[in-house]
Amino acid sequence: MSWLGGHLGEIFQLAWQHAWLAGLPLLVGLAIALPLGWFASRNTRAYVALVTSAGLLYTIPSLALFVLMPLIIGTRILDPVNVVVAMTIYTVALLVRVVADGLQSVPDDVRSAARAMGFGVVRRLVMVDLPLGVPVIASGLRVAAVSNVSIVSVASLIGTHQLGDLLVDGFNRAFAPPLVTGIVGCLLLALLFDGVIVWGARVLTPWLRGGTA
Amino acid sequence: MIGAIWTWLTSTSSWSGDDGIPHRLLQHAGYSALVLVVAAAIAVPLGVWIGHSGHGRSLVTVANSLRAVPTLGLLFALTLVLQPHLQGNTAFLLPCVIALVLLAVPPILSGAYAGVEAVDPAARDAAKGVGMRPREVLRHVELPCALPLLMSGLRSAALQVIATATIAAYVGLGGLGRYLVDGIATNDYPRTGGGAVLVALFALVADIVGALVQARVVSPGLTGKGRRLARVDHPTVPSGATAS
Amino acid sequence: MIRFDGVTKTYADGTTAVDDLSLTAPTGKITVLVGPSGCGKTTTLRMVNRMIEPTAGTILIDGQDTAAMEPAAMRRGMGYVIQHAGLFPHRTVLDNIGTVPRLLGWDRRRTRERSLDVLERVGLSPDLAGRYPAQLSGGQQQRVGVARALAADPPVMLMDEPFSAVDPVVREQLQDEFLRLQAELGKTILFVTHDIDEAIKLGDQVAVMRVGGHLAQMAPPARLLARPVDDFVADFVGRDRGYRALGFRPTPKLPLRAEPTLVVGESPSDMSGQWCLVVDDRRRPLGWVRPGDLRGPVTVADLNRGGTVAVQGGSLRATLDAALSSPSGRGVIVDPTGALVGTVLAPEVVALVEEDRVTQAEAGSSP
Ligand SMILES: Nc1ncnc2c1ncn2[C@@H]1O[C@H](COP(=O)(O)OP(=O)(O)OP(=O)(O)O)[C@@H](O)[C@H]1O
Ligand SMILES: [Mg+2]
Repeated sequence: MSWLGGHLGEIFQLAWQHAWLAGLPLLVGLAIALPLGWFASRNTRAYVALVTSAGLLYTIPSLALFVLMPLIIGTRILDPVNVVVAMTIYTVALLVRVVADGLQSVPDDVRSAARAMGFGVVRRLVMVDLPLGVPVIASGLRVAAVSNVSIVSVASLIGTHQLGDLLVDGFNRAFAPPLVTGIVGCLLLALLFDGVIVWGARVLTPWLRGGTA
Repeated sequence: MIGAIWTWLTSTSSWSGDDGIPHRLLQHAGYSALVLVVAAAIAVPLGVWIGHSGHGRSLVTVANSLRAVPTLGLLFALTLVLQPHLQGNTAFLLPCVIALVLLAVPPILSGAYAGVEAVDPAARDAAKGVGMRPREVLRHVELPCALPLLMSGLRSAALQVIATATIAAYVGLGGLGRYLVDGIATNDYPRTGGGAVLVALFALVADIVGALVQARVVSPGLTGKGRRLARVDHPTVPSGATAS
Repeated sequence: MIRFDGVTKTYADGTTAVDDLSLTAPTGKITVLVGPSGCGKTTTLRMVNRMIEPTAGTILIDGQDTAAMEPAAMRRGMGYVIQHAGLFPHRTVLDNIGTVPRLLGWDRRRTRERSLDVLERVGLSPDLAGRYPAQLSGGQQQRVGVARALAADPPVMLMDEPFSAVDPVVREQLQDEFLRLQAELGKTILFVTHDIDEAIKLGDQVAVMRVGGHLAQMAPPARLLARPVDDFVADFVGRDRGYRALGFRPTPKLPLRAEPTLVVGESPSDMSGQWCLVVDDRRRPLGWVRPGDLRGPVTVADLNRGGTVAVQGGSLRATLDAALSSPSGRGVIVDPTGALVGTVLAPEVVALVEEDRVTQAEAGSSP
């Protein structure tokens, strides 16, 4: 406990850093995956191409991607941007398929009703497809959030600072408090992200709230 | 830098000895296979049973929330706790295997459970109706129909295990992760980058093998290939009724 | 023979799906269970092979209590056609059909031969053997479902709305094939449908059930049409039951008149004449023409094909329909090979119908 008390400031600093490294890629990744997934949902060939390449990207191990990032985008080896870009790639790879499937999950009769009412492509996307696809997209986002938080901790091994530093520190000194703090911190952060996404999805889908709760 | 990595990858010294690529690759494949076998031995029967019986669904939820535990932290904690009680190679291996198994169990469990759960109730009912006993229903209908999801759970677990087995090097184990960890420690970027390339290639090859196995074992009736609705042969209307 | 003795089924939630049901499905006959949705037909059927266990009462098959049999073994000896086919999606058509033979321990070759044989019997081409269920049309799937139930040649068949998911034309065809098959095989069949027309067409006897699982009436179809026991059955059987009952009355000897005919390519001799019947080279009727409408020899395009034809000695319903539907007012009667034997006028058929009614009423017997 005394260790914890003495290091609170540092811990919050690392947690804040961790939240950025894991959270920013979620937002950027979602912003990229939405148009890509929308395109894939309207075009079978694009769907196959995008989903296949996303699957391939997803096979690249995280540590390997962190290390190789400078080669691809020309950053310095210890630059945190490496981690953000790598995590964004993962997020996009995971979400493209989810978004495409989510937008396709809109029942056909709803879709044609929207067309019959004279909705254009964009209006239909914003007013029909996207809102109805929210639950599926949100569930994909939750998976991405939880795995991002866990993967980011590995970045300590390449010198990017976040909660993973506590894990490494605890291990190197065979000292439990930082190690436990690091694990619990990651769990809490994952829980927080998950809660925010669930809350956001609820706000965006008022029609699903009716009978339940 | 790419040139330096290439030089490292192609130099003869990288390919020989205990720290040579063949040996490290074999170690990496060995850990991954061991972990997958153990995880599958636990998660497949459990997931199939949950899907079959409908009992213990909360286990799947619990396993899925395990995904939020950072594997690196788990590995460190297990190593610190277990190592003093173990000797020799096991002292390094056991914590790693446990941490990686915990990583691999959730996707396999979800795949097995969702696969069996998603079997068309009509097919299950039909199996019972034609006189299959519960074991036969499982073997002849539920398992084959669950294979697409079960296989994708296994493949996703394999990818995660291969990727994460690299961090095992940090607690003193071998495998391709050694190049990454040692390279970072000695600021030897070609070695680090070469290791990263090797891990990525290995993961890719493993996934391709997984895809091939999946294509072989999954019935075409359950995949896109068999699903295209073939030309509908319209039967001719019996001509006796109307004429003249 | 399948016998229900005071069978009741109450589900865990308190719903009584079948209430004190007693009925007998005789050996070698088709017994149809019919009734509105939710009246307990499926429950009744599934209690026979113990997919559902009765709450009370006994079900006997050839005098043996099903409660004493081992369910799986018993089901293998009973064909079961499931509502909406219920095929195994991961197995080919042939493997679906061979399921029960394989369970019974037949070897691969014998199973294969038998499956191909059954496939053909239900009217499917052997080309479909290697397809998967998802590659079949709804009608084909239902036939495969019937084939699977037939594969091990069980003496008893349980069929739950086997023809429900197809369009009326295909359904009619499946029904005709089913009757032909049953004439060959003589199975003991319990057949569930919610379609009264199907029940009347297929059943040797029909059990009408009402919601709550009560048996309202059990009778051969003709009797059901003529003597519904109460308003519910009368209502369910439908409004035009008087006309449909004629489907079960044979046509007595008809006062047939000879009909002058033409063949395609001929020109009528009397250009002013009224309707004229056109036949093919084997005297099978093709259609009617009005010579006044013609500009030359008769072509196929000139034919009016509106009329139905009735086979000599067929039902009064078919005969009356031929007369009513003919553009000339003269109903076409053919022999069993389809060749013309003569025509008949609607009033003449109606007279026969009236005569039939009177003799029946005097005999005081039910049809
Ligand atoms: N497992 C069950 N638990 C509770 N009630 C049930 C169950 N299965 C059926 N029921 C109820 O029992 C009644 C009879 O159902 P059943 O399926 O036998 O009807 P059915 O005559 O076959 O109807 P349909 O023509 O729609 O197939 C219905 O009211 C139904 O809701
Ligand atoms: Mg039913």
